[in-house]
Amino acid sequence: MRDTDMNTITHGELARLRKAHPGVFARPLLERLKTGALWIGFAAAMAFGLWWIDANPMRIVNGLNKLGLLVRLMLPPHPGDGLWDFVRAMAETLGMAFLGTVVAAVLAVPLGFLGAKNVMPNWLFHFGLRRFYDGFRGIDGLVWALIFVSAVGLGPFAGVLAIAVGDLMVFAKLFAEAIENVENRQVDGVRAAGGSRTQIMRLGVFPQVFPVMMSHVLYFFESNVRSATILGIVGAGGIGLQLSDRMRINNWQEAAFIILMILVTVAVIDNLSRRIRLKLIGTTSDAR
Amino acid sequence: MSSPGLIAGGLDTGRAERLVAFEHRFAGARRTRRLWTLLQVAVFALALAGSIMVSNFNLAGLLNGLPKAWTYIAGTLPELRWQTLGADLADWYWGLRFWLRLLVETILMGFVGTVLGGVVALILCFPASRNLVQHTAIYFAARRTLEFLRTVPELVFALIFVFAFGLGPFAGVLAIAVHTAGSLGKLFAEVNENVDPRPLDGIRAAGGNWLMLIRLGVAPQALPNYASYLLLRFEINVRGASALGIVGAGGIGQELYVAIRQFEYTDISAIMLLLIATTSIIDITCETIRHRLIGQDLHAGH
Repeated sequence: MRDTDMNTITHGELARLRKAHPGVFARPLLERLKTGALWIGFAAAMAFGLWWIDANPMRIVNGLNKLGLLVRLMLPPHPGDGLWDFVRAMAETLGMAFLGTVVAAVLAVPLGFLGAKNVMPNWLFHFGLRRFYDGFRGIDGLVWALIFVSAVGLGPFAGVLAIAVGDLMVFAKLFAEAIENVENRQVDGVRAAGGSRTQIMRLGVFPQVFPVMMSHVLYFFESNVRSATILGIVGAGGIGLQLSDRMRINNWQEAAFIILMILVTVAVIDNLSRRIRLKLIGTTSDAR
Repeated sequence: MSSPGLIAGGLDTGRAERLVAFEHRFAGARRTRRLWTLLQVAVFALALAGSIMVSNFNLAGLLNGLPKAWTYIAGTLPELRWQTLGADLADWYWGLRFWLRLLVETILMGFVGTVLGGVVALILCFPASRNLVQHTAIYFAARRTLEFLRTVPELVFALIFVFAFGLGPFAGVLAIAVHTAGSLGKLFAEVNENVDPRPLDGIRAAGGNWLMLIRLGVAPQALPNYASYLLLRFEINVRGASALGIVGAGGIGQELYVAIRQFEYTDISAIMLLLIATTSIIDITCETIRHRLIGQDLHAGH
């Protein structure tokens, strides 16, 4: 009998329900207008953007034709006689990424402690420093590379500095968060067992912070390998220099070969680093 | 797992034996652990040495280079005097109107690139979700396509597109869109794979086709996450768009490049501060919207 009640609802009852709970049957007019206005604004911004960049079908068709020509010129990818140069440039790229990440991580440790709430309790200092760290992220790595090429000259050293400076502040922020998330129970445990200050740091804080930091560092190494491949375009060493040179002289087969090399290297590094990261995070969850 | 009562007879010897066995195992485990740590340290040291060699990095160079870099950055800051602050500021930001125009262009490039890339990502993400396609070939092809799009650096696409479509923001937008399609497509596919399977089963049981499955089963669950990732990508793309000008693909990067190459020191700091301010504002705005979106989602879900 409950069933029949639920299945056969009368028109009168429906009208009553509609009156009592209008929000269930249709969204309020104001809300619908708001959504509509948002979509119109969005479409207008999009149209304005397309107009600004001068997008039109003719341009797309012409460009695609040229793109097809380029792809035909790229096939088959061939290293020419530059294979050895490419391998060396790739090693340089990996070296730049590795060294830049390490330098940034080492320098970021004290900055991370400085930015952690539980180390520096003054909120004004904390807030200001965090905003400062955030602000630096606004500059792309390539811009740093341009600046360091001007400051210290062409070559991979400028690339290392660009990567290090670009990551430093992001690391500082992430490390500060890792330090803030340290659980006090483990610290208390070591203290209760009679540990000294160094032992508290070594056995209470370090095991909690280190795997998190390492996993961030590895993740950034991955992304830095990607960005290091292009730093050479502005003269900061690595495979990017070779690539932009080949493109400039219209040697598309070799350019395609370099792009393939980048793809393979990035895939290998990603895979390795993901495995190590999973292992690191796995050990921390075991320890808990 | 023997209880102490059962072995009460040989308690002392049993305990001593077990203790010895434990100490032995502990020492063994410790030794392997130490060996592993040593090995890791060795690999790290080797990688470090190799990197230092190939990038001709040295401590003297670093100690020499860092102050140089600092002098350079400090040298870009203008001299501001309190008495003539207004005039000094006006002098520093002499090209403000022009730069603001380029800044608008940079933001627009990021916006249009994100939207176009997002549309492509939305089309490609469903074939790349394991729970929505049966054909391994389709899944594999979609995944590899996304991987290709996101692994080739944005700037390489920009270089190629500048060749094909000419100088200007159009090439930059396309480069951003292609890269965004790859990275967002992967994230969207991961969202799709993590949706609750029960609504999907319900739609399949009611005889819904594939499109209905996506529209009625996946989309309602995944939309807030899509939007959140889209906003995050927008932040990243505005930052990326500021660098594309270096290869001639539009935006404020072109102006920055010229300033750095021609040693127009105060222009460098002026443009960089503008960039930092703009990206900070966009970051904070997007973060607020994201929190609201995800908050709403949690509210609706529980």
